[in-house]
Amino acid sequence: MQHTRTQDTLVGLFVAAGIVALFFLSLQVSNIRSFMPADTYVITARFSNSGGLKVKSPVTVAGVRIGRVSNIYIDKETYESVVEMSIESKYDTLPEDTSATIYTAGLLGEQYINLDPGGSFDYLKNGGRIEITQSAIVLEEVIGRFLFQKAAE
Amino acid sequence: MLHFIQQLGSSTRTSFAKLGRATLFLGHTLTGAVDVAIKPRLLLNQLHSVGVLTFLIVTISGLFVGMVLGLQGYNILSDFGSEEALGIMVAASLVRELGPVVTALLFAGRAGSALTAEIGLMKATEQLSGMEMMAVDPVNRIISPRFFAGFLSMPLLAALFSMVGILGGHLVGVGLLGVDDGSYWSQMQANLDFYDDIVNGVIKSIVFGFVTTWIALFEGYDSAPTAEGVSRATTRTVVNSAFAILGLDFILTAMMFGDI
Amino acid sequence: MDNSDISADSLISVRNLSFSRGNRKIFDDISLDIARGKITAIMGPSGTGKTTLLKLIGGQLFPEQGSIVVDGLDVHQLRRKELFNLRKRIGMLFQSGALLTDINVYENVAFPLREHTHLTESMIRTLVLMKLQAVGLRGARNLMPNELSGGMARRVALARAIALDPMMILYDEPFTGQDPISMGALVHLIKSLNTTLGLTSIIVSHDVTETSAIADYIYVISDGKIAGQGTPKEIEASDSAWVQQFMKGDPDGPVHFHYPATNYIEDLLVCSQQTARIAAKKETIKTDESLNATGLKNAKGLKKTLSRKRGRSRYHRED
Repeated sequence: MQHTRTQDTLVGLFVAAGIVALFFLSLQVSNIRSFMPADTYVITARFSNSGGLKVKSPVTVAGVRIGRVSNIYIDKETYESVVEMSIESKYDTLPEDTSATIYTAGLLGEQYINLDPGGSFDYLKNGGRIEITQSAIVLEEVIGRFLFQKAAE
Repeated sequence: MLHFIQQLGSSTRTSFAKLGRATLFLGHTLTGAVDVAIKPRLLLNQLHSVGVLTFLIVTISGLFVGMVLGLQGYNILSDFGSEEALGIMVAASLVRELGPVVTALLFAGRAGSALTAEIGLMKATEQLSGMEMMAVDPVNRIISPRFFAGFLSMPLLAALFSMVGILGGHLVGVGLLGVDDGSYWSQMQANLDFYDDIVNGVIKSIVFGFVTTWIALFEGYDSAPTAEGVSRATTRTVVNSAFAILGLDFILTAMMFGDI
Repeated sequence: MDNSDISADSLISVRNLSFSRGNRKIFDDISLDIARGKITAIMGPSGTGKTTLLKLIGGQLFPEQGSIVVDGLDVHQLRRKELFNLRKRIGMLFQSGALLTDINVYENVAFPLREHTHLTESMIRTLVLMKLQAVGLRGARNLMPNELSGGMARRVALARAIALDPMMILYDEPFTGQDPISMGALVHLIKSLNTTLGLTSIIVSHDVTETSAIADYIYVISDGKIAGQGTPKEIEASDSAWVQQFMKGDPDGPVHFHYPATNYIEDLLVCSQQTARIAAKKETIKTDESLNATGLKNAKGLKKTLSRKRGRSRYHRED
């Protein structure tokens, strides 16, 4: 019965390798970890234009990712874009006068929110709101303005 | 002209008849789940011949495909100054497309053709008929374990292919070309979605495994019981599987990732 | 259906059976009886559907018309489960042996026992060795089917066929392609199994001498009809010219040596006319070539293709 035993071993190894691969893909390659109900709290910010920002775009402080955009919708009265961000709970020391800016990674890369902490000693809590915001730079507008100025000269 | 139309008609008729036979055959095969549940040893033997023997070709191909992706991706991305997106490029193309599709094509070539030849030969040497006369249902006893083995190995093989490919891309991109290790992984993790990408990729490979094994077994079972018939059936398995895989891939991709 | 004429001692009765493949009628309204405990031979030239008859008896094929009753059960009216139960009582020896190629001799013989009984491993071992001893291959139990000669494979298949102690065995061309020694062994085995185990045997064959040596009753089938029937002696003395030709193996008789064709002489003449025409054509090309002095290059090319063509046709002829 030696034959069946090696066969069993090989089949076992094969199945184990396959399962390892599935786990590898799930954990190492995809964003499943951010799906885990990790402790987060939500803050919002209003922008006059959120540009190419999308749900799941990163939220960073000084270049380090501390959360993600969890929702984007429009305020029907003010016509402003309201961006909800889920921030990991361990980063719970964001001052109330933090400002939010939409940046672009590289010239044509994806857009993300950078938070610039202020000097207040009161921290943002769940449901808190960032007052100071700077909208996304829309490339067409910048180029348009530049051309307009050149023409005026 | 009339001749042409007649030919069209007759080939339509035969292909529908074949489709019908294939469907009945599939139904019969699925009833064999009972036999497989009673005698898991049958399934284990087939997992060995279908899965383990395809393992090597799949992992080696995966490694090289990943390495090529790393090299090509780097060349294109460095023109735009975004080499750090290499990770996401390699991983997305592997997990979404190349993993399931190339694995299925390799599977059809390695395991599928072998299954067709095996079943065709068993038919030609009257082994299936003999089994029937011994009051043993050859479809449940011979075909079903092979079907379930193929159908189960496929997602595992595709996942292996993707994993080895991503590691191969890492080897070339990070090891040789100097892409930052952290950004290789983090870009990947930031942009690949568990449900949209990984789960959909696995669903694709399950569908491909189902269809490829079905085609291979049916072609073997439906082959003319001669040496020529078996060799023709083997060719048909590879050709039909390739068509089915690529066609279904388009349909599935449109359903999963497109807005159609 | 009239079953009234089924005699009590017949195990199988075929009544008004018709079967066709495509447009070819293989059986045309035939009726025959197989006696219990006897060896019945069904003979006929190749392609008369002898194997088809066995498959009809085993319920693998369905007739267009008529019925086959085996041991009081109408084979084609049975449900799947009942049919399988009937098949357990029928052993079949296929022409190729039909051994499972991925398991050895021992496991092949044990296969029906493992599938249909719940015997312990030691009982299976005893039974398998008994059956293998009966066919004289107990020593070959560890060989794989591809290591067996044709005659040995058939004997193993026979051991497998009797593994479940069936009531009858169907032999499909048991003597085809055997050397005299294995032929003798098989003839002896079939005869002795039939007497010692009290089996009913049906032999489908076109090996006249071997079959008539052991058969109790012979049916000769031709063109979907029964051409003759009786004991071997009666068949030998048959007044049907066709049966006589078949039994003696005369090259010409009611069955012609030549496949139907047009008149031989005419055929030959047509062919020589065609070659003459081709030769004439080549001649004209050659004359063109010699006349065409200016286009020498073209002519050379033409010559080359001509010789290439000739070369190819030579190759074909040899092939």
